[in-house]
Amino acid sequence: MKIAVASGKGGTGKSTVSVNLAYSLALREKVVLADCDVEEPNLHLFFDAEETEKEVKVPLPEFDMEKCTLCGDCARFCNYGALIVGKDKLLFLKEMCHSCGGCRILCPADAVSETEVSIGRILTSQPSENLTLITGILNIGEIKAPDVIKDVKKAAEKITGSQITILDSPPGTACSMVETVDSIDFSILVAESTPFGMHDIKLAAEVVKERNIPACIVINRSDGQDEVIEILSEEMNIPILMRIPFEKEIAEIQGNGEILSAHSEKYQKEFLALFDEIQKMAGGEA
Amino acid sequence: MKVAVTSKGENKDSVFEGRFGRTPYFLIFDTESDECKAVKNPYSQEASGVGPRAAQLLVDNSVNKVITGNVGGNAASALQMAGIEVVLDRNGGSAEEVYNKNKA
Ligand code: SF4
Ligand code: SF4
Repeated sequence: MKIAVASGKGGTGKSTVSVNLAYSLALREKVVLADCDVEEPNLHLFFDAEETEKEVKVPLPEFDMEKCTLCGDCARFCNYGALIVGKDKLLFLKEMCHSCGGCRILCPADAVSETEVSIGRILTSQPSENLTLITGILNIGEIKAPDVIKDVKKAAEKITGSQITILDSPPGTACSMVETVDSIDFSILVAESTPFGMHDIKLAAEVVKERNIPACIVINRSDGQDEVIEILSEEMNIPILMRIPFEKEIAEIQGNGEILSAHSEKYQKEFLALFDEIQKMAGGEA
Repeated sequence: MKVAVTSKGENKDSVFEGRFGRTPYFLIFDTESDECKAVKNPYSQEASGVGPRAAQLLVDNSVNKVITGNVGGNAASALQMAGIEVVLDRNGGSAEEVYNKNKA
């Protein structure tokens, strides 16, 4: 089962939920935790384990200007506006290229070849016997986050013996988030009970609803007065399955970069209960 | 010389369009004869890459200069590379008025 942990905006405690859920589950079975927040991955900061590294590469066209006749066919074909052919030059806008390979196939002068360019890295580590952590990192200045996320998901699938993958989604509802929730079984939406957070979490909820992905809400830093989220929950028919209270002790543990479930048996049990509930909702066998 | 003006419609008295890549039409004027032909911009409704693709359209029509309201970064590099001069007009009016004001 693949569970994505998403939030409307950053800083709502999405990582807290991902890390604690994975940690608690790993006490009883094998789990893969995948950090898909590739522009700001932070789950690895909670663990201390040796990492292996793999590059993420995408193919890009390369143009041989000795052969190019400046016919312009490639530019007229390119759906993404990555090519412009002028009277004496060809301009390739690498950031706009979607690596479709079309220009290479159609070039009548055989002037286009393919090269591979690194856009990020995948780190894999084994923080405990049952827990595998996969972290995607997008190189600074690169924009192809979805390509790195795809590789994170592929790496997660290759880990054998695990039935559960928890994917930490990038905040918001941009294409990175949409890529993360693509073909998952369940989504946890992490919300804070402020009117500000409400709008963003609603957008995230709409993304998963549109895709018929069953979902629940976890409220972080709940002060016990969560009306705004409760209204949303009812409106969108998404149950609130857990509330993490706003307590000094919890804040301190988190602030030190430590895992709540590692300190408190109570939270271990709560996160396991959350998972069991999710499994029921996702229609899986408990 | 050929001068393109971004335009909401296909006639000289159509309203000037402020956006480059998303313009519905380019009116291409010949400065010698002041004759004008309309070229529909097939990319105006597309999701991405509209600026550079519209720039390619101007290259293919041998345009030397374009008058518009605003050009995005990628389109600007494309136009520059293609040697097409860009004139920004923020006042508007009809396409022909804008052409007459800026053609020189
Ligand atoms: S299609 Fe090939 S020959 Fe034509 S402009 Fe593109 S690269 Fe050059
Ligand atoms: S590979 Fe595809 S997207 Fe990239 S420049 Fe060529 S045609 Fe355009």
